[in-house]
Amino acid sequence: MDIREKNIENLKDYKYGFSTDIENIRAPKGLNETVIKFISNIKKEPKWMLDFRLKAFERFKLLKEPDWQKPKYPKIDYQDLYYYSAPKSMSDKPKSLDELDPKLLETYKKLGIPLQEQARLNGIAVDAVFDSVSVATTFKEELTKQGIIFCSMSEAIQKHPDLVKKYLGTVIPTTDHFFATLNSAVFTDGSFVYIPEGIRCPMELSTYFRINASETGQFERTLIIADKGSYVSYLEGCTAPMRDENQLHAANVELIALDDAEIKYSTVQNWYPGDENGKGGIYNFVTKRGLCKGTNSKISWTQVETGSAITWKYPSCILKGDNSIGEFYSIAITNNHQKADTGTKMIHLGKNTKSKIISKGISAGFSDMTYRGLVDINSKAKNSSNYTQCDSLLMGNKCGAHTVPYIKNKNFDSNIAHEATTSKISEEQLHYCQQRGLSPEEAVGLIVNGFCKEVLQQLPMEFAVEAQKLVGISLEGSVG
Amino acid sequence: MTGQIKTDFEKTVKTSGLSVDDIELKKKFLDRFIADGLPSRKIENWKFLDINQIIQKNIGELSFFNDYSSSNKIDTSIFISGLEHNKIVFINGKVEKIDFSYEEKEKIEINESFKLEDKLENSNSLVDLNGAFSSKIYKILIKKDYSLKKPLIVYHSTNNKIKSKNINLRLEFKLEQNSSLRLIDNFNHTAEQNFINIFYNFDLKKNAVLKNFKVDKIQNKNITYSYNNINQAENSISETFILSCGSSFLKNEINCNLIGKYSSAFVNGIFLLTDNQQHEIRTIINHLVENTKSYQLIKSVLGKKSKAVYQGKIFVNSEAQKTDGYQLSKAILLDETSEFNAKPELEIYADDVKCSHGSASGSLDENSIFYLMTRGLNYHQSKELLINGYILEVIEKITDSEIKNLIKNIIGLKE
Repeated sequence: MDIREKNIENLKDYKYGFSTDIENIRAPKGLNETVIKFISNIKKEPKWMLDFRLKAFERFKLLKEPDWQKPKYPKIDYQDLYYYSAPKSMSDKPKSLDELDPKLLETYKKLGIPLQEQARLNGIAVDAVFDSVSVATTFKEELTKQGIIFCSMSEAIQKHPDLVKKYLGTVIPTTDHFFATLNSAVFTDGSFVYIPEGIRCPMELSTYFRINASETGQFERTLIIADKGSYVSYLEGCTAPMRDENQLHAANVELIALDDAEIKYSTVQNWYPGDENGKGGIYNFVTKRGLCKGTNSKISWTQVETGSAITWKYPSCILKGDNSIGEFYSIAITNNHQKADTGTKMIHLGKNTKSKIISKGISAGFSDMTYRGLVDINSKAKNSSNYTQCDSLLMGNKCGAHTVPYIKNKNFDSNIAHEATTSKISEEQLHYCQQRGLSPEEAVGLIVNGFCKEVLQQLPMEFAVEAQKLVGISLEGSVG
Repeated sequence: MTGQIKTDFEKTVKTSGLSVDDIELKKKFLDRFIADGLPSRKIENWKFLDINQIIQKNIGELSFFNDYSSSNKIDTSIFISGLEHNKIVFINGKVEKIDFSYEEKEKIEINESFKLEDKLENSNSLVDLNGAFSSKIYKILIKKDYSLKKPLIVYHSTNNKIKSKNINLRLEFKLEQNSSLRLIDNFNHTAEQNFINIFYNFDLKKNAVLKNFKVDKIQNKNITYSYNNINQAENSISETFILSCGSSFLKNEINCNLIGKYSSAFVNGIFLLTDNQQHEIRTIINHLVENTKSYQLIKSVLGKKSKAVYQGKIFVNSEAQKTDGYQLSKAILLDETSEFNAKPELEIYADDVKCSHGSASGSLDENSIFYLMTRGLNYHQSKELLINGYILEVIEKITDSEIKNLIKNIIGLKE
């Protein structure tokens, strides 16, 4: 079998669809104060954290589930979910990697995540989140030397309460929308990153999320703070086992960039998308928001969205500091019965702020893809500019591609430019590639990769390769 | 408001001489309107400009009863001179004159009726309000193979004898095969602070051509909502031009259904706003069969505290292959208090289509002004020259040279 055939063989199915048999500790089913107290208690949280959660829960009770989005889904029974699930062996947290449950290590090995020392070769520090808890963080020592804090959220609450207290909920307040508030009440774990003043993080930081247990919602919370003049590049990857029922994933990600700091946040999202008939799959309702707090700060979002039954998220930038920059690069691919409603929000508040949006949507099969974005230039944001480009590619006439941009310009000094196109892969292009000896599938892969190039270029090397492969996998079976 | 509207409705019905069935239907419209109320920010379509709030602020409580038994004197000074034309004159919501003297009588049929048809899919509560209160409906039929020799101008005017705070107008046009119509809507209001609700329905048969020009140039303090529904059969063409300039508030809504192959729709619009004016254009172009085409160009020049909104939607259903859809909106903000909002939307279910939209907004280019000033113009002249050139592009899209010149004159552009 040559490499090509092997690749195709690999692509045939969802590669990460296995589940791991590990004994779990679960909170009782349902959503109420007792469950929240249970979560807080099992994580040995201080009182202020519990208050934070309860305040959010009070608010949550008043909120109504939004329904303006394009992909509709059957009503979720929030009382029929487990809000906490952790591998049993984690209840006494292991001191080092050697003490980890071998089954867990095996799982991550299958996923291709280098938890062990081989990670050194790749030079990526990894924090792995399994169901609700963070299981391991690598490269801690080396990072600590520079004063960088990279650990799980629970650990940060214990060890760096001042930082957490100062920043948690400042970008996504507990009074935010339905899913964000739900997350504030029941979040279980996630990553915490703090880069001290003037430090350029020497390696890529990475988190890998995996939902293993069934009937579990995953609610993780990530908080990244880049202090003055620092830089960090952060990667996030996601997978889940194949299950028939839909699983909810409602994470919150908060980024804060102070003066002259830069945060680059890349996501490769490959949650289980459900089978060809649209059964099962993850509901990916994530809130991601970055605050360019200081002057000259920069936040850049890059996302490759290939998985999930429904993706519904808008990574946003609030450009508060003068001269700050927000960027959003996205590839979203939907196939079979997948649905996506994604885009970004750029809110210009400071002077001379700039933002750039490049979005590429590809829909195939019976899927539906919506780009929904907001560019809002405030009357005080003098001399700001935005450039938006969103292109869609359709494969077949059973799918849909939609563009819904909202453009608000309240400042006469500022410029906004928006462009959108919708097209298909032309017969000529396909014919030409096939003439040169490529199979129809390879030809489509090549053309689509070219279509996405502007975004793929933004990804760090290791991810770019994976992402390119994913683009091919996701479109499997959509030609012909 | 509910009490007021019900008594006004009773009064209107009593004086109208409608049949029982018609009253029933009107009542249905009224009930639907009462249930939904005036549209507000909560409805996506009205997100940017909340008409409920605007009416509350500018008019206060609406009243609906108008006595149509007495007739108004027509002020002939409002007529456009220098262009021979047919006329329909609305005064205070009542048709006072219909004059097709330039045309062959047997080729045009005008029916007065009260019959309403309730089959609109993209309806909203203002259309329901219109259905409930509009008096006689004039249905104008243009027969096969007939092109009107002269354009038809509809004069919308009000005077101080108006009793209600809300008037509802309704016209229906049917263009048979190979016929054509040029229609100009001219707004000329002397009464202030009324809410004017206009509903037009156009039915275009094969090869029919409709050109509709909506000219709102004269400054007035009214709130106007205009809804055009256009159904187009094979190979028909509709061209809509909107000059949005005079009223305090104006929303033009164009809902166009391209039902026949090779049909095409064009919408061109200009916003020229200043002094707290709030205007909106919303278009929905439904491409329902293959080989249809639509083109939209909207340009705005926004001064002091004004706000313009453009919401354009291109819908392409899965059978509408080979669709060509294009949408462009541009805005110049002259002042730090002006605001431009756009929502150019594409909803596409077919793969072999060419659809794109663009939107840009910003200030006048200082470099261009500098260039013109080095050539001897003063600052004010340079600005004017640039703005005129900018809006001229939209006017040049008008395919009828006679009307193009008329509109250039109305705006005050020189050749």
